[in-house]
Amino acid sequence: MTVADTQMRLLIIEDDRESADYLVKAFREVGYVADLASDGEEGLALAEGGDYDVLVVDRMLPKRDGLSLIGALRDKGNRTPVLILSALGQVDDRIKGLRSGGDDYLPKPYSFAELLARIEVLSRRRGGPAEETTYRVGDLELDRLSHRVTRGKDELTLQPREFRLLEYLMKHAGQVVTRTMLLENVWDYHFDPQTNVIDVHISRLRSKIDKGFERPLLHTIRGAGYMIRDGIR
Amino acid sequence: MTAFGKLVRTTAFRLTLVYLFLFALFAASLLGYFAWNTRRLITEQITTTVNAETGEISDIFGRRGLRGLVLTIENRALRPGANLYLVTTPAGQAIAGNVGSLAPGVMATTGWSETAYRRLDEQDTADHHALVRVTELSSGFRLLIGRDLEERRRLFGIVAKAAQWSVLIVVVLGLGGGVFVARRVLRRIDAMTGTTRRIMAGDLSGRLPVGRSGDELDRLAENLNAMLERIEALMMGLKEVSDNIAHDLKTPLTRLRNRAEEALARSGTEAEYRSALERTIEESDGLIRTFNALLMIARAESGQARGNMDDFDAADVAQGIHELYEPLAEDSGMTLHVKARSAPLHGNRELISQALANLVENAIKYGKPVSAAQPLSAGATADANQREILIEARRDGDQVLLSVTDHGPGIPVADRKHAVERFVRLEASRTQAGSGLGLSLASAVATLHGGDLRLDDARPGLIATLAIPTPSGARDGLAAQTHDVPQKAA
Repeated sequence: MTVADTQMRLLIIEDDRESADYLVKAFREVGYVADLASDGEEGLALAEGGDYDVLVVDRMLPKRDGLSLIGALRDKGNRTPVLILSALGQVDDRIKGLRSGGDDYLPKPYSFAELLARIEVLSRRRGGPAEETTYRVGDLELDRLSHRVTRGKDELTLQPREFRLLEYLMKHAGQVVTRTMLLENVWDYHFDPQTNVIDVHISRLRSKIDKGFERPLLHTIRGAGYMIRDGIR
Repeated sequence: MTAFGKLVRTTAFRLTLVYLFLFALFAASLLGYFAWNTRRLITEQITTTVNAETGEISDIFGRRGLRGLVLTIENRALRPGANLYLVTTPAGQAIAGNVGSLAPGVMATTGWSETAYRRLDEQDTADHHALVRVTELSSGFRLLIGRDLEERRRLFGIVAKAAQWSVLIVVVLGLGGGVFVARRVLRRIDAMTGTTRRIMAGDLSGRLPVGRSGDELDRLAENLNAMLERIEALMMGLKEVSDNIAHDLKTPLTRLRNRAEEALARSGTEAEYRSALERTIEESDGLIRTFNALLMIARAESGQARGNMDDFDAADVAQGIHELYEPLAEDSGMTLHVKARSAPLHGNRELISQALANLVENAIKYGKPVSAAQPLSAGATADANQREILIEARRDGDQVLLSVTDHGPGIPVADRKHAVERFVRLEASRTQAGSGLGLSLASAVATLHGGDLRLDDARPGLIATLAIPTPSGARDGLAAQTHDVPQKAA
């Protein structure tokens, strides 16, 4: 497999020049190919023509707004994952965005780390293998059917919520998972707590899966979130 | 517009005019009817009298001849207020009676007629009018008997004059009353308009004058005053909020700026720059959170979030939040318990969860027992009890109560109302981190669902309760409908 094959191709549809340029630059720095469209019509044309892994769509665009662009794309059978960026961050706006065919929704202002983590997850969702029944990271194994978690020869006892937390982390092993993503996907809450409530859950989980083992698997990624992976990059 | 023009344009004055016209018409027709009937009555009376006398005199002529006739006539003509009498020969010459002159041709035709006449004994030349009957006696003599119509004319005159005066009085009084009422109304409306203008110009403390009569204008003024009261309260709230926003957003912004400036001014190592930048990001994340919370509150308060309502169990929410915060509470040296009984609810699940989460976060942050207040002899168990936080969900009548109880210092009664306001951090908690929006959001969410946020004393500690009315009315309605169906079918 060559590098070109695995390189992620993004289309950013955003009318604010400065934030668009910032995104293109930031994505190129992490090794992605990022194209740019500055209005809804141009974005639709490019999205239909190009083979992109993920579309990043601003909700309010000139000529054609983001939601109608996604609708048009989906009507034509284009299933490229879409991440909606919007200044409208409220719960009902989010629901509206997801209903119109978006796959994820990120309110502005966002952190690039959050955006990057979500794009990784979206692209993996598309190309990744079918849902497996067993997740493995190093010597940690999670059986989704029997709800058994083992590390090496030890069987670990997890609370149901800890199991779901670990399941989500392992499903996205090797990817950064942000606190917001955990709160949304494991707890199904879409507000941001004022406290480090997720960190406490993570540290509890960590004490169960990593404590007493030589190689830690659950890593904290500063300024972004968490990642479960075997070994150090 | 002139003052008179304004007066004439008032509803009160226009109504007066309509009534005035109707009353005048009524008065005129009443008097007209009266006059016409009186006239008919008088005429009838005259006819009856004349007919009777004609019969009588014809009779006398038949029995006693011409001589008897003339004697009787002369006799009767002399009585005071006598009728009119005239007897003529077949040649047309008058031989008896009290009539001096008649309109020509009256004696030529028999039957009833109205005529001008003059009495024999009268000196004036003015003609009078009379209703007369001419009868042909045997052998060509003719007899005229009649009665003066002056009475009828005078009565008619009186009635006509009465009509004129009454219509005049109605008009004058009506117009006067109309002007009076209209001016009264106008004065009060003008006073109201003046006040409203002042209020529109920015003086929100102005209130409409309210009289003591409790009439419709007073009630209107009272309602408008209540509305103004509310608007003023809202404006005050808004002003306070913007002042607080300015203060509470400017402070972190200033910190942010200072830090960036400081890092820039000091030529430091890469690590130093890094940490300065990281702190900058942290600070701006805090700002973003504050903004989000503010937007959320604004949305909840304006009722926009009503779209996402569904049915769920408050017990699930309590359990979910308990599950999420239990480890955090434990890390802070507290224990978080939940006591949830099924309490079905209709609302925005996300917002209610967030409101409850805010209450729990507050309890974890501020609900630690005041150590000074603890007697030294109190054992570890007492302390453990004090460090408990309880989340409770239950149904109480037609309300769902979601409460969080801690055993911290609580909030003094005087501060409770204040505590719910935006950005308020009570003095005790100033040193703690937080946006000061937690309780405001919880309160706004409760209001959105038609309920309220209550703060009570847990002796010691705080019980914060989201009281949300259940849609029992709606459900009872539904139940009634389902009961109705079989009845209708039967």
